[in-house]
Amino acid sequence: MYEIIRKEKLNELVELMEIKAPYVARRCEAGQFIILVVEEDGERIPLTIADYDRENETVTIIYQVVGYSTKLLSEKTQGNCVQDFVGPLGHPAPLKKVNRVLGIGGGVGIAPIYPQLKKLKEMGVEVDVILGGRDESYIILDKEMNEACDNVYYATNDGSKGIQGFVTDKLNQLIDAGENYDLVIAIGPLVMMKAVCEITRKYNIETNVSLNPIMIDGTGMCGGCRVSVGGEIKFACVDGPDFDGHLVDFEEAMNRQKMFKEEEEHICRMAIASQKISQDGEEK
Amino acid sequence: MINKSLVKTQITEQQPDIRNKNFDEVVLGYTNLEAIEEARRCLQCKHMPCVSGCPVGVPIPEFIHEVAEGKFEEAYRIITRENSLPAICGRVCPQENQCEGKCVRGLKGEPVGIGRLERFVADYHMKNNNEEINKMADENMPKIAVVGSGPAGLTCASELVKKGYRVTIFEALHKTGGVLSYGIPEFRLPKRLVAAEIENVKKLGVEIHTNVLVGRSITVDELIEEDYKAVFIGSGAGLPKFMNIPGENLNGVYSANEFLTRVNLMKAYEENAKTPIKVGNSVAVVGGGNVAMDAARTAKRLGAENVYIVYRRSEEELPARKEEVHHAKEEGIIFNLLNNPTGIAGENGFVKGMECIRMELGEADASGRRRPVKIPDSEFELEVQTVIMAIGQNPNPLIRQTTQGLETQSWGGIIVEESTMATSKENVYAGGDVVTGAATVILAMGAGKKAAAAIHQKLGIQ
Repeated sequence: MYEIIRKEKLNELVELMEIKAPYVARRCEAGQFIILVVEEDGERIPLTIADYDRENETVTIIYQVVGYSTKLLSEKTQGNCVQDFVGPLGHPAPLKKVNRVLGIGGGVGIAPIYPQLKKLKEMGVEVDVILGGRDESYIILDKEMNEACDNVYYATNDGSKGIQGFVTDKLNQLIDAGENYDLVIAIGPLVMMKAVCEITRKYNIETNVSLNPIMIDGTGMCGGCRVSVGGEIKFACVDGPDFDGHLVDFEEAMNRQKMFKEEEEHICRMAIASQKISQDGEEK
Repeated sequence: MINKSLVKTQITEQQPDIRNKNFDEVVLGYTNLEAIEEARRCLQCKHMPCVSGCPVGVPIPEFIHEVAEGKFEEAYRIITRENSLPAICGRVCPQENQCEGKCVRGLKGEPVGIGRLERFVADYHMKNNNEEINKMADENMPKIAVVGSGPAGLTCASELVKKGYRVTIFEALHKTGGVLSYGIPEFRLPKRLVAAEIENVKKLGVEIHTNVLVGRSITVDELIEEDYKAVFIGSGAGLPKFMNIPGENLNGVYSANEFLTRVNLMKAYEENAKTPIKVGNSVAVVGGGNVAMDAARTAKRLGAENVYIVYRRSEEELPARKEEVHHAKEEGIIFNLLNNPTGIAGENGFVKGMECIRMELGEADASGRRRPVKIPDSEFELEVQTVIMAIGQNPNPLIRQTTQGLETQSWGGIIVEESTMATSKENVYAGGDVVTGAATVILAMGAGKKAAAAIHQKLGIQ
């Protein structure tokens, strides 16, 4: 069992947990992920590590409450435990000392990009970031990003923070304004990473993306997380999760993401229904 | 008196058309009387050819003698001198190539049902014996690390703890048992038996840490620094192979590992399971080994109407245990032999069919088996919604990538000295599928046992 040391709600859908996990905290690096199981017989949920504290042996995860299992996780509070927590999984992000890097984080993807940018900054790299979300409340880790980065730009769908539009609009603006970057790191929904890669390919800017496909074990055993990179089959769990974005077959990845959509919605509806029943019961 | 029957005493099984709709165990086992009757078929040969066929050297005639006398607990004691997991071996060993393959009774008629008897004895003991198992780990003895809680690791750990060593098993998954838990289905190996065997190993004093992926959570070198005097690597062959044919990344194509793990470990067969699976009406399983049979029979139980085994050679070359092939056929699995997939067709991103070509057997190849050759213009499409690739696994690369000085084969297997299972790295041993590539439970157990003996000898503790 792994204790939740701290829990924080970042917005209406996104939450942060700091979890005691000595094995993970001792060795993890930016870019790696963990898998957790909330309760016995639950789903194995892969989440990229958002931060870690080696001294206190804790690992920070940030998740969006989207389905049955994340709802179940969301019901846990500080002092509760999760059943299983394994990691660090995957390779550390391939970070190298270049002059200037642009991070692009979309929604909950802002969380996994944070440790990479923080690390780059420590390595002496000049770091800018574009944070994107539905509205201002979806811009998470704003304070941390401002501490870790030289310039922080924003793009929101409704214009409540930064420009009104997508992160790609801001990316185009920066490129048009003559900003030069040696590397772009984009993490967020597949459709966002794909759009970013289409732009950076045009300008020949090296781009890394972090993939979080459907997977079970996270150790290379199931092959469910396979993704085509440069025409070869790779397993995101053991070969990634970071890949050269210009080589990733995003169409295929987006299709594979749909594999269990019906079942997920079904399980989720069941959960909401049962929750409703128990709430109604309490009211009486 | 010898039972002269030329065939094995019949064993009760669930009816095929009933069992192919449930996940309960197929074979129900012998009664006491049936076991005694079968045991009396044993000739008690002095030269014991059966024992030479057993990778762990169970004293077969000796235990069967006790069964024939009705002394089942005594039989159990004899088996477990050499084999720490008899309930499992009795069920999953390929006896026809091992003990039973060497049985003199098999020269004329069927061999003695050694596997069935072993299983009977283990089940009898589990049901009737409540004897406390005493902790044998000794605080003054050296620490040993075992990587993986599958058959190799469990056996190595169990052998060492019985000599007093303080053994810790590190398991990457959230559940113990390795392939016994995630791979072999419930209807062939009930998980309560696996759990009971593992419970016994724990009672002996073996500590098991789940959720620790050696190579990532901690490395072999770090284990040695943490004063583990020896490390045994039994991490299995976890990395599934694919065919590299078009359409393999469509939705509905699974590795057998993923398919079986979803069902066995994550219980996808239960209603509203949190880790789902869907099979559709027709399923093709590519491959002819035990894993292919397990996947096909599982797909049938999940409700698929047509389940095909697609194998490029003929029936004679099927690598699966005979009993599995027999059971699969009884359950209505369709064998498309001498067929090879060439591609997978899709619609809206999901599988709609598998393109195949018919094969014929040509000249013998290096392995001595006749090489399958394509028959020109014999392509056809098999209509299926699910394709399961059961064409083998390679060892997981993680440990070899993160351990200094560990020599491996070009295909990834760890190289060991065969008599001791010692690797090229001092005090590091390995055994099971990580050394041999995907093989059997009993060979993995044999390797774990051999390594335990070598570790004990090396550490020189009396």
